[in-house]
Amino acid sequence: MKTTIASLKRGQKAIITALITDQIPLKLLEMGCLPGNEVTLLQTAPFSCPMYLNINGSHLAIRKEVAENIEVELV
Amino acid sequence: MAKQINVSLIGNPNTGKTSVFNLLTGLKQQVGNYPGITVERKAGVCKLSRGVKAHIIDLPGTYSLNASSLDENVVIEVLLNKKDKDYPDVAVVISDVENIKRNLLLFTQIKDLDIPTILVINMADQMERKGITIDIPELEKRLNTKIVLMSARKKIGVEELKKYIEEYKKLSIAPCLNAFEIDPKYFGGLQKAFPKQSLYKLWLVITQDVNFANIDRNTIADASAFHTKKESELKRLQQKETIKRYQFINQTLKATQEINLENAKGVRAALDHILIHKVWGFAIFFLILLFIFQAIYDWSSYPMDLIDNAFAWMSDFFRETLPSGALTNLLVEGIVPGIGGIVIFIPQIAFLFLFISILEESGYMSRVVFIMDRLMRRFGLSGKSIVPLISGTACAIPAVMATRNIENWKQRLITILVVPFTTCSARLPVYLITISLVIPEHRIAWVFGYQSLTLMLLYFIGFGAALISASLLNKFMKIETKSFFVVEMPNYKIPLFKNVAINIYEKTKAFIAGAGKIILAISIILWFLGSNGFSDNFNNAEGIVSNRIQTEGFSDFNKKSIETELVNYKRALQDSVFKKVYQISPIAINDSIKIKKTILYNLAKSQEISSYKLENSYMGYMGKAITPIVEPLGYDWKIGIAVLTSFAAREVFVSTLATIYSVGSEEEETIKNRMASEINPANGKPLFDFATGISLLLFYAFAMQCASTIAIVKKETNGWMWPSIQFIFMSGLAYVAALIAYQFLK
Repeated sequence: MKTTIASLKRGQKAIITALITDQIPLKLLEMGCLPGNEVTLLQTAPFSCPMYLNINGSHLAIRKEVAENIEVELV
Repeated sequence: MAKQINVSLIGNPNTGKTSVFNLLTGLKQQVGNYPGITVERKAGVCKLSRGVKAHIIDLPGTYSLNASSLDENVVIEVLLNKKDKDYPDVAVVISDVENIKRNLLLFTQIKDLDIPTILVINMADQMERKGITIDIPELEKRLNTKIVLMSARKKIGVEELKKYIEEYKKLSIAPCLNAFEIDPKYFGGLQKAFPKQSLYKLWLVITQDVNFANIDRNTIADASAFHTKKESELKRLQQKETIKRYQFINQTLKATQEINLENAKGVRAALDHILIHKVWGFAIFFLILLFIFQAIYDWSSYPMDLIDNAFAWMSDFFRETLPSGALTNLLVEGIVPGIGGIVIFIPQIAFLFLFISILEESGYMSRVVFIMDRLMRRFGLSGKSIVPLISGTACAIPAVMATRNIENWKQRLITILVVPFTTCSARLPVYLITISLVIPEHRIAWVFGYQSLTLMLLYFIGFGAALISASLLNKFMKIETKSFFVVEMPNYKIPLFKNVAINIYEKTKAFIAGAGKIILAISIILWFLGSNGFSDNFNNAEGIVSNRIQTEGFSDFNKKSIETELVNYKRALQDSVFKKVYQISPIAINDSIKIKKTILYNLAKSQEISSYKLENSYMGYMGKAITPIVEPLGYDWKIGIAVLTSFAAREVFVSTLATIYSVGSEEEETIKNRMASEINPANGKPLFDFATGISLLLFYAFAMQCASTIAIVKKETNGWMWPSIQFIFMSGLAYVAALIAYQFLK
């Protein structure tokens, strides 16, 4: 199984490698969620959803089902 | 003629765009709606030098020109339509200093529309603290524009921005990205088909659902013919565009911006750690809510009493000074109490918006959305539904409007439909008077009174009804929408007083304009229906009642109250004689008691006449007509009328009862005493007993009794279908609940 943002642990940093683009709102890409950019999992709500991330300098929260469509590589 | 420069302020949410707007325009703002939709349109005027004026539009916050909501669509409409009256001569893109990268995406898109675009970097006073350094001249060169370092909080950079706006003609309109590069084949074809059009504009037209009422129709018809690509392919191209733009932005910022992360450790992480903690986060949110409700009721009771007294005084004043007649009656009994009924809500609404705008401005509201999302989703709602649900405790009208930032249509619709269940301030007068009548004043353990516990329970019932109906709607509504939950978590800020104040002012004004008109109109209609009639009984009311008083005497309630008032009066007189305040003879005392007696008799007589008139007026007949429907709930025709009129606005319940019982004052104690003395003719017991009271409380908790809310729901859902369903569902539920309660308890 590939690593996605959904499987990150709190405080872990990773680089975005690929996106399943049909399942991701354009808005997320526009906020900097693009391959090559860095992502850090800052915090999660109970049951790890939603997830509070720092993507490319933007602080934002997304739901787990969206996070599962963003593949990453740990650094 | 002095030239007017059209300026559009554009920016991401949370960049302090509104602060910049407030700074430029001060209080010279006009807030309205864009025609046909309920997106707020904020405009203002800013004076530049030499008599030149800038007409400034504060466009809704957006992350890009690829719109995903109605608000964002407005931005594109204004920017694409050269004939739009708001079409800017110059655009000002506002970025906050921390998120320049993301904001530049929007900047490059706007610049590519051939509009001169100035970049404002707001919150620049925090640059050093955040460890950010920017080479402004180099960035200006690369972006080919002017940049203003600004701090709306410290009022830095305003003059510079005004200067650049005035000299907008000197700005370059060269694009940042050649749209051709996105996909040479596709865009090459596009350019061939429309050689005269700007490529990026064409591209936006194709990808957006923009309503071009005024743009050249031919172009659009052709453009839709050019829909050779499928939606998914267009989306892929949009993503490609985003990637291309970020490549440009990354290169640009690499050469001009340095961020030293060592300095950037802020309060943010520490605050987030507590405020969205799995336990503390919820506890803090609950405490804040508790504080807000407590504060609203405690603080607003003082101005509300003042307003109440002021309007009662005004009514009396007009009654005494104006010549008596129908017009004076309309003024004294219809218009003045009607306006009073609106003004009385202002303190609560203003206090609620004070707290909501502080929570929003500080950045805390996004954290609430974050921690509540999971829970709310269980009921088919979104974390973003929490703001409307809280606002709903003041008034459903602004609450329905606050649902706009929920992107998912199904979740937004459900939120709109269930929000009127929350206990709004209009329900309070009904609750308070009914509770004080039927719930004993007993306390448990000296702290929790039965009465206040009942009130709290009613709030829970409201929220519960909202959540349960939401999950029902979620099950039965077949609307397929993708969840696009993306919430930005902005940095914490201390709220700016000016922003909060303007927000409260605007929201309160919107309430008065929206709900106020209807409440006023209803008051006047009620007055008319209650003071006119067609029957002989109505026209000869005076004679009939006088005869009755002569033969049978006053009603029991009036007999008793005259007796007690006289006893009190006598005692007061004797006391003052005893204390040597007055030196009067016993005969004079008897005389003055006689005079008092006559006054009280006349008052009671006129009250009984107006009560009899009301019973035989249009409204009285209406009330008697609906008696069979409301009787199973434990109501008589008088309560029936009050319930019926409440369908326009709940708060008229108390004033309608005051009129019907001819108490002549809206003083709560008086109305309460009168209600308590009302006897149920069927069994000779008090009419307002426990069963009727609970039935009434439940009816008001569930029923959709607010014409203004129906109007706003119709507007927000684009039709009568949803408000009709909502009305039938809520009122049906109210009837059933009240029926069951009364039949079980009686």
